Amino acid sequence: MAGAHTKASEVPAEFDETRARMVIARLAHLEGALLPILHELSHEFGYVDIRNVPLLAEALNISRADVHGTISFYHDFKTAPQGRHVLKLCRAEACQSMGCESLVAHLAATHHLAPGETTPDRALSVETVYCLGNCALSPAAMLDGELIGRLDHDQLDQIVLDATGMRS
Amino acid sequence: MTTKIFVPRDAAALSMGADKVAEALATQARQRGLDVRIIRNGSRGMLWLEPLVEVETTQGRVAYGPVRASDVASLFEAGFLSGGDHRLGHGLTEKIPFLARQQRLTFARCGVTDPLSLDDYKAHGGFEGLAKAMALTPAAIVEAVTQSGLRGRGGAAFPTGIKWRTAMNAVADQKYIVCNADEGDSGTYADRMIMEGDPFSLIEGMAIAGLATGATRGYIYIRSEYPHAFGVINEAIRSAESAGIIGKAIMGKGPAFHLEARLGAGAYICGEETSLLDSLEGKRGQVRAKPPLPAISGLFGKPTVINNVISFTSVPWIMAHGASAYADYGMGRSRGTLPVQLAGNIKFGGLFETAFGISLRTLVEELGGGTHSGRPLRAVQIGGPLGAYHPAHQLDTILDYEALAAIKGMVGHGGIVVFDDSVDMARQARFAMEFCAVESCGKCTPCRIGARRGVEVIDKMIAGDHRAENRALLEDLCTLMTDGSLCAMGGLTPLPVMSALTHFPEDFDKPAMPLAAE
Repeated sequence: MAGAHTKASEVPAEFDETRARMVIARLAHLEGALLPILHELSHEFGYVDIRNVPLLAEALNISRADVHGTISFYHDFKTAPQGRHVLKLCRAEACQSMGCESLVAHLAATHHLAPGETTPDRALSVETVYCLGNCALSPAAMLDGELIGRLDHDQLDQIVLDATGMRS
Repeated sequence: MTTKIFVPRDAAALSMGADKVAEALATQARQRGLDVRIIRNGSRGMLWLEPLVEVETTQGRVAYGPVRASDVASLFEAGFLSGGDHRLGHGLTEKIPFLARQQRLTFARCGVTDPLSLDDYKAHGGFEGLAKAMALTPAAIVEAVTQSGLRGRGGAAFPTGIKWRTAMNAVADQKYIVCNADEGDSGTYADRMIMEGDPFSLIEGMAIAGLATGATRGYIYIRSEYPHAFGVINEAIRSAESAGIIGKAIMGKGPAFHLEARLGAGAYICGEETSLLDSLEGKRGQVRAKPPLPAISGLFGKPTVINNVISFTSVPWIMAHGASAYADYGMGRSRGTLPVQLAGNIKFGGLFETAFGISLRTLVEELGGGTHSGRPLRAVQIGGPLGAYHPAHQLDTILDYEALAAIKGMVGHGGIVVFDDSVDMARQARFAMEFCAVESCGKCTPCRIGARRGVEVIDKMIAGDHRAENRALLEDLCTLMTDGSLCAMGGLTPLPVMSALTHFPEDFDKPAMPLAAE
């Protein structure tokens, strides 16, 4: 099932209620506003802080349970900050046929990083994704929204080095 | 004289460095004092050639590919601006066999035009279908779509005309047109390609659906894995609105049609039409029980036509050229064309639009060139993660809805994923169950629990634990999931599992492997 859950102890500090309320107010008039707002909060803060839940429930006149249920259903909505760079590795059938699992194994063996994890310095998060629509140029990946085709071990090494080297 | 150079903006081309190529072409043309205009077109669909650079010459467009930024200098030196010979040259684009052998109706403009140029779109027959529909009654539009024989291209193959008729006849203060652009099936990219390469055709198809049913609002639900398509569609909507094609009045004189693109959030199940509707409403993307049909009670409980991208983008051609012209393509109950997507371990992967009736072998071996690895082909999976695995000896099957159903497979959204002989089919069967477990919406028990039990049972079989008994258990579980699931997710997951078991039993009978999987 979808969704990352955050323990109370992990609640991050970057949350800004005023800014969050502004984002919500700007989009609350839309039909079916919750998903567009959650995307916008993710964009604005890098994740959806659980402290948004009561604000959303109030603004959209739905229950907190409904808001929580929606956030936790979708893979995209993270309740904790991600790495500064996000690498999505496709692990669906077309990419399997071109050896995407060997990329996952390489990432673990060489960089001690598995899908679902973030490097300790928060430079890079790696996620599993099922299909990026680049199935004739597998294995595919997406780095910070940019699609990559025919990903190989060398390129993967470079991505990890660039991401972890770019930390400020 | 300005020479036109085409460098695709399609995400697949970008994934192979198209932006860098475009940049290098612009820089070096400037340095050489050459007058060029770079047009960022859609993809022609010959994806193994991406980035495919085309130059407009007096003979026609000449193709070069796959071009890397480092090849650009040598292209100029070879005189590619006048179609000069180069090791990456393929001659006239239209003469490349992979393209020349297609019957491009829906994708006729894709890769040819600037996707965001309304002038280009009109110059290539755009809005002719909408103009014809404007002169017809709703019933006559629905009749044309029905007569064309168009069936839902998303995968379920339900007759599009029947959906439209039901929504047309429903009485309500508000009706909706919803486009399912949640193309989650691995091995498919036709929706993405046409949204990026010919977005106005989707807008046109949805506007025609609006005219036919009396719906004045439309939503395009695009998966978040497709940020490029989302960007192009949004731009296209804005420009169609400011040109007065949609918005307050279709083509300035018709009824209103307001269109908005919405982003999914990474949930495969939202490709199922009723969970997509719940997702659009801002809820968990859970499947609804049918009836009521969406055409009666869909988005926000209102009558809703929900169709796949390719279903909508097929409609303008049908309206412009006539239902019978479309129905003349294809065979049996599979009318018209299908954009087949060749994917996975294949040498020449790409989109091949063709009338139904072509053989799988022609597609995979002749056009696709066999495996990318050069190893023997062992299996093809057709129709995404819920589609069956077929062994090489079934490749002589004809691609149409009924012929594939007869060998316990399905066309689905038209994706064909090729596997070479290194594939372990027990692992593929396990993955089918695992994927279902990860992506199940959780509403019905056969899918939610069945998929997890399926993974466990297959793990035991791989581990050599009571293989015969577990095989019987797996077959029983598959029957239950097929018969008892609320939607195609749980209902069709048994298809890849059972096809792997039926056609590749030897892979379930290998020396025992330890239980720890992947």
